[in-house]
Amino acid sequence: MQEIVVSVLLAAVIIMAAMVLDIIGRRKKGLTKKQSVMMRRILLTAVILFVLQFISAERFTVLDNYLFPSAGRWLRLACYLADYLIIGYDILKKAAKGIQNRRVFDESFLMTVATVGAMALAIYENGEYLEAIAVMLFYQIGEWFQSYAVGKSRRNISELMDIRPDYANVESDGKLEQVDPDEVEIGSVIVVQPGEKVPIDGIVVEGVSSLNTSALTGESLPREVGVGDEVISGCISMTSVLKIQTTKEFGESTVSKILDLVENASSRKSKSEDFISKFAKVYTPAVCYAALALAFLPPLVRMFFLGMAADWGVWIYRALTFLVISCPCALVISIPLSFFAGIGGASREGVLVKGSNYLEILSKTKCVVFDKTGTMTKGVFEVNAIHHSSIDDEKLIEYAALAESASSHPISKSLQRAYGKEIDRSRVSNIQEISGNGVTATVDGMEIAAGNDKLMKHLNIPYHDCHHVGTIIHMGINGEYAGHIVISDIIKPHAKEAIAALKRAGVGKTIMLTGDAKKVADQVAADLAIDEVYSELLPADKVEKVEALLQTKPPKAKLAFVGDGINDAPVLSRADIGIAMGAMGSDAAIEAADIVLMDDDPLKIAQAIRISRKCLRIVYQNIVFALAVKFACLALGAVGIANMYLAIFADVGVMVLAVLNAIRCLFTDRESTFGKNQANNVGTQK
Amino acid sequence: MKKTYKIEVDCANCANLMEEAARKTAGVESATVNFMTQKMIVEFAEGQEPGTVMQEVLKACKKVESDCEIFL
Repeated sequence: MQEIVVSVLLAAVIIMAAMVLDIIGRRKKGLTKKQSVMMRRILLTAVILFVLQFISAERFTVLDNYLFPSAGRWLRLACYLADYLIIGYDILKKAAKGIQNRRVFDESFLMTVATVGAMALAIYENGEYLEAIAVMLFYQIGEWFQSYAVGKSRRNISELMDIRPDYANVESDGKLEQVDPDEVEIGSVIVVQPGEKVPIDGIVVEGVSSLNTSALTGESLPREVGVGDEVISGCISMTSVLKIQTTKEFGESTVSKILDLVENASSRKSKSEDFISKFAKVYTPAVCYAALALAFLPPLVRMFFLGMAADWGVWIYRALTFLVISCPCALVISIPLSFFAGIGGASREGVLVKGSNYLEILSKTKCVVFDKTGTMTKGVFEVNAIHHSSIDDEKLIEYAALAESASSHPISKSLQRAYGKEIDRSRVSNIQEISGNGVTATVDGMEIAAGNDKLMKHLNIPYHDCHHVGTIIHMGINGEYAGHIVISDIIKPHAKEAIAALKRAGVGKTIMLTGDAKKVADQVAADLAIDEVYSELLPADKVEKVEALLQTKPPKAKLAFVGDGINDAPVLSRADIGIAMGAMGSDAAIEAADIVLMDDDPLKIAQAIRISRKCLRIVYQNIVFALAVKFACLALGAVGIANMYLAIFADVGVMVLAVLNAIRCLFTDRESTFGKNQANNVGTQK
Repeated sequence: MKKTYKIEVDCANCANLMEEAARKTAGVESATVNFMTQKMIVEFAEGQEPGTVMQEVLKACKKVESDCEIFL
């Protein structure tokens, strides 16, 4: 029965190996040289073994009559030995080197002892050589698969994060020249052609184009840029040629910084990784001694105490099986791979995680503290509402913008933005600024007054008070009240949804800290359904507040702080985990943070927490699964139920499954649309 | 001083062993091996010549994992 199974397995291996060599081998970048050589060896060994399977030991004894006694036995040994060496010579060599360098307990050593032992038993009994070779064969297949899968996923993830520009175009003597981005000096003008990456941060001096920022932010909507706009490196210009004056050196540009972050990210090891490497250090020698004990103790006990036959062969075989099962590779490989894939998956979503350890902490986050301005709100003032207007809202904005056209105050800027068209100064005359109150001007022959309540009182225009929070601009036209415009810092479109998503993701408490006035802060907190709010805080107060919160929370629950401004940097580094808003946030904040949200969307926080949870779930699954299977097989092996084939499964099978499971971290499932719709509905009902 | 070297190593456990070997080498302040990006980041102790220290690191790494490579 077992022979049929092995024959079928071997046939499968032969077909698989041939296919792998044929299909993947032909592709560009398909197999490395090492891999294709190894695959050929696997194929050759499997074919020889397959053929030898059909020639029984008796068939060989026929030779004895023609040559010398037991020639058949020797020839059979030679055939199998040759096959064994084809598949296993490098392992034997490695094991020998290991012993030479006094590092005995590694995988090659385990495999060598196990297979040489099995070979010796077979030679002694003129029995089944098959097992030793098959074990080595399957081990090599497992190793091959590991090298292929790991290499491939490593490449895939790296490609995903590959935003490194290879060159910059510099114009000299009317010709474009490709130079190393490192050599471009600040202030030079570089040319970015359609389809090319912007290599260095700068300001557009010529051209209009749409930028694809998805590599940086995960945002699929293109961004339109024109002359005077700032562009960050790593974006891809899609439609037309841009000329950009650089404002930073390549090394200081966004793209370099991000690459630096991501590349060093997996160097910061998580607790689970540390645990596993410590575990492996104890585990391998422990198993070796256990195997040694298994080989010698029971037979000795049987011989001297029970008076039975020693059964050396049986116990040595069991010990060898034990050794094969014990390889720790499944654990050691799958955990960093899971984290690496998790970090890769997150960066595809526009969330940069600076290290595996942060991914781990993030998954335990139970309390999220927000800064207000720039985090939950846009940090720019915009026309938020128009009330009681006696004419068209657009007209009202138009008059306000025209009247304020001479001013460079942020308020008048936001009015001009809201108006959205070119301002025709010739329509405005007689502008009078009444400091601290507003302006009066003549627009299209009408007397326009735009300002606060003091201005209205001063001009004796009756006005309506506004219950909204923000800056109120009352408008008077020809001495009549024409309504008012509310200008305030507006809440980011996804902010409310983000809080709801965080709650769904299991974050118990949301807190907002702000330096802003209490009235404004309370309003925003109520709008977003944030649990607690602390307002009118100085930067130092924020640190104190976060420290107080850190003291009161349970030790296992982690606290995350989300912020953007320069004054947030100390808080970011003080919290268990600091999350910075990337594109708009200050460099200092990004440096101090552990996680950077590239597109400033607070909804990404919940997304990042979900990714981290998934990643950690997979890590634990792998640890538990691998250890459970190992220990179960070790127990079975010790009592003699497991044979070498099961042992090989326990080693490479588990490893392959763990690697495949780890790859799942790369696929970040977005929250179901159902959940999102629900959140929207709740929003509209209120 | 900190320097990053490209390495080639096949298994994750071997990468851990290399890291440990590099850390124990004289003249190395700290070392991190990143298996996923196949990189070794070495911080040298004050006044050490990276070139000569790295030769020692390479030797130590070859001892624990004969298949590994550090591109100096």
